Amino acid sequence: MNKDMKILIVDDFSTMRRIIKNLLRDLGFTNTDEADDGTTALPMLEKGHYDFLVTDWNMPGMSGIDLLRKVRADERLKSLPVLMVTAEAKRDQIIEAAQAGVNGYVVKPFTAQVLKEKIEKIFERVNG
Amino acid sequence: MQSIDTSLGEFEGTLKKHARELVDSLERGHFGDAVQLIHQLNQTRDRGLYHEVGKLTRELHSAIVSFQIDPRMPQAEEVSQITDATERLSYVVKLTENAANRTMDLVEESTPVLNGLSEEAKALSSDWQRFMRKEVSASEFRDLAKRVDGFLTHSAEGNRKVSGHLNDILLAQDFQDLTGQVIKRVTALVTEVESNLLKLVLMASQVDRFAGIEHDHQQLRDEKDHEKHPARGEGPQIHADKREDVVSGQDDVDDLLSSLGF
Repeated sequence: MNKDMKILIVDDFSTMRRIIKNLLRDLGFTNTDEADDGTTALPMLEKGHYDFLVTDWNMPGMSGIDLLRKVRADERLKSLPVLMVTAEAKRDQIIEAAQAGVNGYVVKPFTAQVLKEKIEKIFERVNG
Repeated sequence: MQSIDTSLGEFEGTLKKHARELVDSLERGHFGDAVQLIHQLNQTRDRGLYHEVGKLTRELHSAIVSFQIDPRMPQAEEVSQITDATERLSYVVKLTENAANRTMDLVEESTPVLNGLSEEAKALSSDWQRFMRKEVSASEFRDLAKRVDGFLTHSAEGNRKVSGHLNDILLAQDFQDLTGQVIKRVTALVTEVESNLLKLVLMASQVDRFAGIEHDHQQLRDEKDHEKHPARGEGPQIHADKREDVVSGQDDVDDLLSSLGF
């Protein structure tokens, strides 16, 4: 896995972005940016050549699921790996995210170990 | 509730009695009497209706007073209780956010101290091993001794710094006490508002019975379900273990996704 890959973290709570950023740094990923909802994230993704997107579901403005749909509908972004990290825990929602093309789904509260496993699994599959 | 039952019972009693008399007068061709009876029926119904609406209005007024909802009223000091509760909850959000940031600041400051000491110890250890194997010259040893001395000083300093930070992290958790108190007060207010609302709804239902109004409960429920569309999200689940449609943790998510072929 390329430790220099550029990662965008999208969550409306700054503390949660900071936690994810710290956990990613512990895993060796230091090239991270932050956005507080889908509306700010989308133009960053369009311009920024990101390798990986970590997003929350429930945010003001554009939600994570809508951001995921926009990413999958965009010719240049559609193969971007997306990990959803969210408190949304309804089965219907997880199925909805899977159908929208999410690569991994982590429910909050989560552990560093779970985050690491999911990221590894996503890149195993993407590279494999 | 006793008075509501009596007034409604009275109305139903009058309704039954007059209905029979009405049919009777109509059959006997006494139209004047029939009209009179209809008029009396209307009066009884109106009296009951006004009575119930009156009670409802009084109750509504007292609810407005007790929750100080109307800011124009002299009793409403600076803020209504609802505004106050909203402000209290914002305070909880601020306090927990500050505590989380303070804790993360301290962790971020501690990590490099520990990493630095660990690097220094590793480097010293390999040279120390060489010294133990008598592979170190006298001049090299003088340098090594100086480094060990420096390491001991750094390690004491680092220890003091990290201990201090751990202590501050402990203190940063004091928000729990304050937020706990605030949330308990807001919860009490919400419970009170709910029971008062319920009382109002019960009274309004008596008005509905007198006025013969019926509500489409199915439609109300459908509207509510519509609001719960999955794309909007529900936030954290409090009773995940009791709900069938909710996963109870990461293992459940993984099982669900693998059943979908992930």
